[in-house]
This record gives sequence, C-alpha cells and structure tokens, in this order.
Amino acid sequence: MTTRASAAPAGGGVPQAVYGWLLTLPAVLLLAAFTHYPALATLWHSFFTTPRGSRPARFAGLDNYAALRDDPVFWQALWNNLGFALGTIPVSIGIALAMALWVDRRLAGRGFLRMAYFTPTVLPMVAVANIWLFFYTPQYGLIAQAMQAFGLPGPNWLGSRATALPALMVVTVWKESGFFMIFYLAALQSMSPALREAAMLEGASRWQYFRRVLWPLLMPATLFVLVNALINAFRLVDHVVVMTRGGPDNASTLLLFYIYQVGFGFWDTAYAATLTVVLLAVLALAALLKFRWLDRRTHYQ
Amino acid sequence: MRRIVLKTLAAGLAGAVLALPAQAQKQPVDVEFYYPVAVGGPITRIVDDMAAQFNKENPDIRVRPVYAGSYQDSVAKALTALKGGTPPQLAVLLSTDMFTLIDEDAIVPIDSLAGSAEDRQWLDGFYDAFMQNSRTGGHVWGVPFQRSTIVMYYNKDLFKEAGLDPERAPADWTELVDYARKLTKKDAAGNVVQWGLEIPSGGAFAYWLFQALTTPNDAILMNEAGNEVYLDKPGVVEAAEFWHDLAYRHGVMPKGTIDWGTTPKDFLEKKAAIVWTTTGNLTNIRSNAGFPFGVAMMPKSKRGGSPTGGGNFYVFKKGSPAQQQAALKFAKWATAPERAADWSIATGYVAVTPAAWQTERMKQYAQEVPAAAVARDQLEVSVAEFSTHDNQRVTKVLNDALQAALTGAKTPKQALADAQREAERILRPYK
Repeated sequence: MTTRASAAPAGGGVPQAVYGWLLTLPAVLLLAAFTHYPALATLWHSFFTTPRGSRPARFAGLDNYAALRDDPVFWQALWNNLGFALGTIPVSIGIALAMALWVDRRLAGRGFLRMAYFTPTVLPMVAVANIWLFFYTPQYGLIAQAMQAFGLPGPNWLGSRATALPALMVVTVWKESGFFMIFYLAALQSMSPALREAAMLEGASRWQYFRRVLWPLLMPATLFVLVNALINAFRLVDHVVVMTRGGPDNASTLLLFYIYQVGFGFWDTAYAATLTVVLLAVLALAALLKFRWLDRRTHYQ
Repeated sequence: MRRIVLKTLAAGLAGAVLALPAQAQKQPVDVEFYYPVAVGGPITRIVDDMAAQFNKENPDIRVRPVYAGSYQDSVAKALTALKGGTPPQLAVLLSTDMFTLIDEDAIVPIDSLAGSAEDRQWLDGFYDAFMQNSRTGGHVWGVPFQRSTIVMYYNKDLFKEAGLDPERAPADWTELVDYARKLTKKDAAGNVVQWGLEIPSGGAFAYWLFQALTTPNDAILMNEAGNEVYLDKPGVVEAAEFWHDLAYRHGVMPKGTIDWGTTPKDFLEKKAAIVWTTTGNLTNIRSNAGFPFGVAMMPKSKRGGSPTGGGNFYVFKKGSPAQQQAALKFAKWATAPERAADWSIATGYVAVTPAAWQTERMKQYAQEVPAAAVARDQLEVSVAEFSTHDNQRVTKVLNDALQAALTGAKTPKQALADAQREAERILRPYK
C-alpha cells in the first residue's frame, strides 16, 4: 500500500498521481498524436486500397501484403538496408571508439582533434552528400584524381551496381563516427583513474585493461550508440536522394527511400503504408532486442 | 512571461478575425500559383516580377506565386495540398504529370474553360510538339509554359584537335560513333582521360534521354491514351542496344550509369567532348564554357527527332469558377508572344509559340545565340515525352530497365522485356 501513502494529499488536496499525469500530459498528448496514432493508422490503411480521385478506398484484406511479397524492389530495398546496417554500424562504432580512445589521452592539440572528428556530424547531410558527390565523380573527382596520380583507373563509383551502395556506406560511416565518438568520450571521461592504476598494479597489459575493464564499463555507451546507429541505418536517406536516387537499377535503394517514392512519387498511399508497417516491425524488433537481450548483458555501474 | 505570450497570441487571433471581413470587401480573386525551379538563374525573382506586373494590370485578380521546389517536390506538394483540401488554383508541373493529375481528379480541361473564339485561337497557337503532352481523351489539359527538348552540345576545340570540322556535328548514328571514337583519348597507362560522348542515364531522366534514341529510330514508347507501352518492340530494343554498345563495344562512353547532374560539368571540364542534355542548360553552359561550343540536333538513325520536356500550366478543379477563369487569364498572359519571348531569353527554355519567335527581341536573341534556334527547329520532328497513367511508377520501371542494361546486369533485350511485362501489369486497371 505504498501507493496510497504517496498518493495521500500533501496539503493541497490533489492526489500526487494527478500531478504526475498532469506533468506528463503534454508529452503523452504529443506522443499519442504524432507517434501512436500514425502507427496505428498506418496499419489500418495497409488493409485498404489506395483512394484515387473519385474511387474511394475499399477493404482489400492482405492484398497489399501479397503485392509486397511479390515486389522485387521491396526485397532488394530490404536486403540493401540490412547490408547497409551490417556494413555501417560495426565500422562506425569501431572508428568512434578508436577516435575516442585517441583524443581521450593528453596530447597536444587535443581540442582541435576532437573538433575535427566531430565536424562531419554538424554538417547537414544534404550538403555532405553534395560534397561526396564531387569526391566520387569519375575522372576529375577527388578520389579519381588521387587514383590517377598512381596510374589506376577510376571506377564509376555511383554508376555501377557493385559500388553504389558501398559508396553511400562510406559517407554514412564518415558522418556518424564523430557523433558516436562523443558518447564514448563522455563515458571515458567519467571513468575513475583508480581503475587504470589498480589494473596496472596487478600487472595487466593495456589490452587486458581494455578488454576486461574498459570495454565492459563502456557497454552502456555502446548499447546506446548501437540503438542509435540501428535506427539511423533505417532512417537516413538524404544521401540516397542527393547522390543516387536509389540507382542504378535499385542497387542503392533503401527501405525508407522506397517508401517515399511509393508514397509521394507514385501516390500509392496504401502500399506505402504496407511498406511502413514492415519498417515499423523492423524497428520494433530492434527495440525488443535491446530491452530483452542486450540490457540484461549490460553492466551498469 | 507566459502572460505576454498569451496576450500576443490573443491579439494575433483577434487581428486575424478582424482582418478577414476587411479583405473580403475588396474581393480581388485570389489565385495561388505553385511553380518549380528546375534550371539555374534567378527564376523565383522573375516569376515574382511577372505576378506583380500581372496583378498591377489586373487589379481584380491577385496571383500569389509559391515556390514549391523541384518538379518532383512541386507535384508532391500540390497533391498533398489537394488531399488536405486546399490545393492551389494554378500550378506549373511536368507535362508528364497530366495522367496522374487526371486520375487524382485534380485538374479541369483547359478547353472547358477557354470557350471564346479568341481562346481557341490562343490554344491553337502553340507548337504541336508541345501540345502532344497536353492532349488526351479529346481534351486539352495543360498549357505549355517552360518547355525544352534534348540537344547535343559539342566542344569545338576538341573537334579541331581530333581533326574534325568544328562547324559540323555528327548527323547520324554511324557518324556519331565515328566522331566519338576520334574524340576519346587515353593516357599512356590506357586509362581514358577524355570521353567522346556522354548520354546521362542516372537519376530520374534515363527514359527521357532514351527517347532521343528511340525517336530517331522511328519507335514510339506509348499511346496517346497513356495506357499502353511498347518497350519490347524491335526498334526500341535496337536503340537500347546502341546505347549499351557505345560503352561496351565502341568504348566511347563510360560504362555504368552517368549522372544527370554532373554531365554539364563533365562537358565544361573538357572530360567529355559531346554531351546530350536539355536545352534548359544552354544559359548555364554559355556562361561557363571556356571554349567555343556548338549545339546540334539529335543525330538521325531512320529519322530525326527528340522528345519534348518541361512544365505546363494546370488549372485545378477545386477553385471557384471565378478563380479558374483568373488562373486561365494568367496562363494566357504569361504565354503571350512578348512574355513567352522574355521568359525564354531569361531561362533558356524554348519559346512555346511560333508567334513568340516573331517578336523583335526573340529575333535578335536567335541571331546572337544561334544555338537557341536549334531547339526550335528540332520541334518539327519532336514527339511527346514518355507519359502514362501511374506515370512515375511506369517511368521508374523503364529507368530501372535502362540502368540494368547500361550496368550490364541484364541484356537490353531482357531488361526491356521485363519492363514491358511489369508496365503492362501496372497499366492493366487503366484499360
């Protein structure tokens, strides 16, 4: 009966629970209006046909899902997206950690280095994509010029099926690593120097110190970064729009870009809703994984 | 602090409520007008000036131009506004959006508004090549405004270097390959440093450039009703094979897809001796090329020709009759010979009526910039831009097929057969 104790009028006559609800009300309203309702509406619309002009929407059952199953572009977008996530997340986390360990040390020009690593994060993605578009341009782009200096033939980075998606992945890693570095850096800064001294006294090597002490203690940061990276892998499409528009032949189409194309290019809103349900399911799965599995294996201090 | 905010809000609301009747008393007809920007230059300022002048000449009408982004953004915005219940009354959108707008029940036929003999005469005054993308089902749905075709730009200096006559562009496909081969240069290591030819195939415009190959090969891609496509016909496959062979057999064009946006830059950087792109790039290339360049029509295979492109005025259904008439009046005013000439000179688009080319200013411009007249002369043999029901989806199917062929993922024949099957599936409900 602890609730009754805390809910007892403190003097004003209003139970504390009401205060609590009132305080969360703005957030609850916003979440309901802009997150929960749209998610449910999306699911609802995915069972109907797209209304067009004078033809209203009619119930179609699982027709949209059958179309989804038979849509090769959807499958390609999904596989592309998974490859994109698997390719970018470990690499950007690895680089972020390495950069954080590097700039955590006392070295000359540390502030400048930290700023340099963080700069890509601050730049708007559209601007970044346009810069990289120039880097990747065949013949006179930055990469092509560097390769020419060594007498190598410059590939058509964004114009070939094999290299278009990896080229976008490089941009993403470059953009995200600096952002993730900040979280690692914050975690490292809050670590007590006593840990390191104790480990050294016990005769631990630097690798052992990292593997057995630092890495476990960094797990909360890693978890946070991982979830963020996973969401971003499905959320970032600005560079696709600017650099390839999903081409050539869907080689660099990501799920969200395809949803945009179907929704606002083809105006097939019902099918776009169906695709969105898939995206929501993927993200829900990621969240579940985080709460059920990773949280238990994470060592919070 | 909070009190101040509340007071300001209240004052603002009261002001808005009070202002409404005051505006209603004047009663100028409001026309909201969405327009895109797709070429370089101070387009927004030119459009704002146009609207301001029109409003001055017509005090009973108030045209309010709204810049709506790229063509894709603009149609997305117009249709989103339509679904929200507040569409614009007038918009410039791609001529190929016609079927989409009809299917969404968004627009009214222009000929239903333009009833007078004078109006009919005005509608008959446009180049037929442009009107082909405005007609379907016995009605006219769009008024040509910012229209273009594809032309070939070539670098005269590089022509001279390669021992070619700089005043003569390749006239047919055989010559094109021959010229391009002479214009392709390699370094000691065997890497290409200068390409003979670039036909952009990346992004959203592959189908359009493809039409510059199919049209000369005497093949059309769709019917006027917009519910049938002919992508697997021999003439079409042949055109795709020719495009593919330029890179893979003749080695005069980069393999893989070529970006639409960087193609003019490749030309300006002298990395490509011949490029195909829109006439809308003329002003850009003219002001940035550090070398003399020529502009020519599409090389022939069995005939000449190019697709048209660009944007039309559309009048929306939701407006009141007075608003629709006001919108029509503005479209008429903006396409009058003098206006059309000004617009063409300022932007690089092709003036849309023969009458515009007869104005003094346009005659003078054509003399100063003979390149501008090339697009006009090509209009005689130009055809409608690829446009069908569910247009963006069918277009994407064709673009994907072309990119699959150009990246070597499928043979041109296979890619186009797949595209035909997929397009037929999409178009089945519209038969």
